[in-house]
Amino acid sequence: MEKLNKLTPYERLEVVRHKGRPTIRDYIPLIFDEFIEMHGDRCFGDDRAIVGGIGSINGIPVTVIAQVKGRNLNENKDSNFAMPHPEGYRKALRLAKQAEKFRRPVICFIDTPGAFCGVEAEKRGQGEAIAKCIIEFMRLRTPVISVVLGEGGSGGAIALGVCDELAVLENSVYSVISPRGFASILWKDAGKEKEACNIMRITAEDMVELEVAEKIIEEPLGGAHNDIGQTAENIAEFLYKSLREKMKIDIDVLLNERYTKFRKIGKFTEE
Amino acid sequence: MGLEDLFNVVKTRLNVIDGNAADSGSEDKTDKDDSAVRVPKNMLFKCPRCLNVIMTEELEKNLKVCPECGYHARISAPERIKLIADKESFREFDADMLSANPIDFPDYEAKQQTLRDSTGLKDAVVTGECTIRGERCVIGVMDSRYMMASMGSVVGEKITRAFEFATKNKLPVIMFTASGGARMQEGIVSLMQMAKTSGAVARHSDAGLLYITVMTDPTTGGVTASFASLGDIIIAEPKVLIGFAGRRVIEGTIKQRLPDDFQSAEFMLEHGFADMIVERKSMRRTIAHILKLHKTGGAA
Repeated sequence: MEKLNKLTPYERLEVVRHKGRPTIRDYIPLIFDEFIEMHGDRCFGDDRAIVGGIGSINGIPVTVIAQVKGRNLNENKDSNFAMPHPEGYRKALRLAKQAEKFRRPVICFIDTPGAFCGVEAEKRGQGEAIAKCIIEFMRLRTPVISVVLGEGGSGGAIALGVCDELAVLENSVYSVISPRGFASILWKDAGKEKEACNIMRITAEDMVELEVAEKIIEEPLGGAHNDIGQTAENIAEFLYKSLREKMKIDIDVLLNERYTKFRKIGKFTEE
Repeated sequence: MGLEDLFNVVKTRLNVIDGNAADSGSEDKTDKDDSAVRVPKNMLFKCPRCLNVIMTEELEKNLKVCPECGYHARISAPERIKLIADKESFREFDADMLSANPIDFPDYEAKQQTLRDSTGLKDAVVTGECTIRGERCVIGVMDSRYMMASMGSVVGEKITRAFEFATKNKLPVIMFTASGGARMQEGIVSLMQMAKTSGAVARHSDAGLLYITVMTDPTTGGVTASFASLGDIIIAEPKVLIGFAGRRVIEGTIKQRLPDDFQSAEFMLEHGFADMIVERKSMRRTIAHILKLHKTGGAA
């Protein structure tokens, strides 16, 4: 059923930037029966832009890896506005490999403007850290399910987006770069964010149409912040169904399907 | 928030006067260095590293390496193949693949047609098989003249197919990387090419086969954050730009100028993200040597 309140791409960007937009910290206690947080990449440190640990959903143990937006300035300082450093991606990968060892499915939540851009991030190999996440998730021998909670920006997002099934919350956006960055690069004017939103194809419907995502998770009227409980329930319902489905599939078959899911994305012609 | 340019980090910093390497498309043309001396096109080359100005002819004779500081300037894919492959050994793959317009980006087709006419390329990467001192291998060469070798559908597909061909035929792969990052004009579809290419690298690697990356000027953004960083052996050309985020973005964040060697090949070596820096004149010999050493390896 087509809803009457479909928002424009720019309005959705405003919804996901709304300061009441629920974050992973709000969702974890509502989606999972329990959650034990784990820390550190065992190399350099613990990046608080990414939260990870073991949770259980309707009794199924899973590894949870998520980008953390803050709900206020202090939380945002703590989590660096959900912009991970290389050690964040290495923590994510460590926990994913651990999940593989114990045959636990992995659930990733994407909610980031992008990977952090800074001197230290470059010194510690931001590019390499993201690349390793992507290649290892591509061959991780356990089911992986990802959900875009708010904003999925660039390489920093796809590092947690290599999965067997991707769902996008109805008002979430997923893009090659932030619309602001897009406007800045193509038109030398970061102020043309709205125009960028209109041509970039960033909405949940766009993702399904472009075969980037498989599912759209419905949000309450006006956005997730209007009823966090209901949104969490919708996410949990999707996760449980998807988990049950993917866990039944032989892992080699699943890995082939995962490869094919990304393999077929791209548009070109051959004379 | 300072995320501009995340995937398109190469701007005016490495523009050169000869106009050969600087053309990454219209978005780069507006803020050229005011102090640049206007001279007849193609006559002079100003080194972006040491700012020394020399005759282009002199640069060409030196394999396009700055004689003053050793900066390895950009070269085209055909020039690169000529330098690396045995004579007449190169056989191109997918030479006729053209990009569609996945997000209906305005003027994307026209822009590409203009570039095809001026460069003779169909997109930003040339792939194929060849021999190097008799060793058979698959190679891919990115060409920065074409939209700063940004990765869209064609680049992603050709690289993926090159790896798949190599996996099937048990061949090593050598990728000469250069890129401004993801191709903005293809939106989210370009981002997905990072996963697609990396998946093909994974299968090639799992088959026990060798993958050598040669990072050339400039290797940045989504290409650094995918297949470029995944080589078993990572070689860089001297003084080239290698990094993830845009220099100006970082400078904007920290509010101070970064040192000149930041995000250089030497910087990558120092921080542990490259195995070696190899000069252009020794590249063919070095690669052939590594290929020979791996001849007995690999899952049979």
